[in-house]
Amino acid sequence: MIAGEQDVYEVATPERRLPPITAIAVLAMALVIVGGIDIAAQIPGQPALAPPAVLTALAAALLVADLVILSRVRPFAWRRFRLVFGCTLAAYVVIAGMIGYVLVDDGTRGGSLALLVIMLLVYAVDIPLLLAFTVARYEQVEGEPGA
Amino acid sequence: MADAVLQGLAAGAGLMPPEATRAMPRPPRTIVPLWGLPIVAAILIGEVFAIASNSFWALDFYHVVGGGIWTALDLFVGLVIGPIIGSMSVQARAEFTARFMPKMLLIMPTLVTMTLASGFQLARHVGFLEASAPRHGWVVASFIVVGVMSVIALGILEPANLAVLFEMRKPKPNGELIGRLMRRFAYTAGVTGVMQLATLVIMTRLAT
Repeated sequence: MIAGEQDVYEVATPERRLPPITAIAVLAMALVIVGGIDIAAQIPGQPALAPPAVLTALAAALLVADLVILSRVRPFAWRRFRLVFGCTLAAYVVIAGMIGYVLVDDGTRGGSLALLVIMLLVYAVDIPLLLAFTVARYEQVEGEPGA
Repeated sequence: MADAVLQGLAAGAGLMPPEATRAMPRPPRTIVPLWGLPIVAAILIGEVFAIASNSFWALDFYHVVGGGIWTALDLFVGLVIGPIIGSMSVQARAEFTARFMPKMLLIMPTLVTMTLASGFQLARHVGFLEASAPRHGWVVASFIVVGVMSVIALGILEPANLAVLFEMRKPKPNGELIGRLMRRFAYTAGVTGVMQLATLVIMTRLAT
């Protein structure tokens, strides 16, 4: 920092230790993306659904676990979390909707489509969770050291 | 209040004349510039029409324009802007971020959506999606590159951008945190820039 910046910026406080919400969410996203690539590489044929189904189930389980772990974090800037989560969820529902529309328009049907829709749902919730958590974790809340 | 302090600091340090510091920005109150939303909506509606009408030209237009801008932006930000940001003072990073990042929050997802949705349709039209197609491997390679870029951009880069913007709106932002998050931005933007070089190789292989 240049001289005097300490007047403008808050003095850094030790970062609070939180559960690995970000790491779990990134892992869930990576699993969904790998599963999505696996299916996309095989359509319009008959893709083998077992490997992507396992990846999707793992991703969904990780996402649910992440939400449960996060719900137990106290204190936490829930208002800020909900604000960012809501706005980004709206954006990612549109993006996931576009991708879903493309798949339907392409004639993807049956198990492949069902699995891809579940993947898109996980993706559309996972990314807002990631974004909202990253913003909210740096908010000072009552009961937190340094608040 | 904090704006005034920031302006006074910059002027006092001789960084800018007082008139210029008066214009020193904070991220907009809404973070995402609302005036850009109708433009994004128009682009996405146009893309839906392109897909619904199965117009080869429209799909090609969306893919080439979206992909070209996306690749160029990623390369420029990752390999030119990123290292410059990394060498800036926290104050300068903060100023740059306040002007640059809100726009990127709208531009990048829009470019990615228009490129990927039209690209997938285009691949179907020209038969590249068929596993038996001679260039199918390049299409799968492009899926993998996009997948890696998505994990980096959505898992690291975008959350850091958003956190910086919210931090800067606080009455007394944490400069050390902003600096740390911006370094993360600079490094990951560099990685996605390099990944875009792979995209250029793949796309030119597909087109020739």
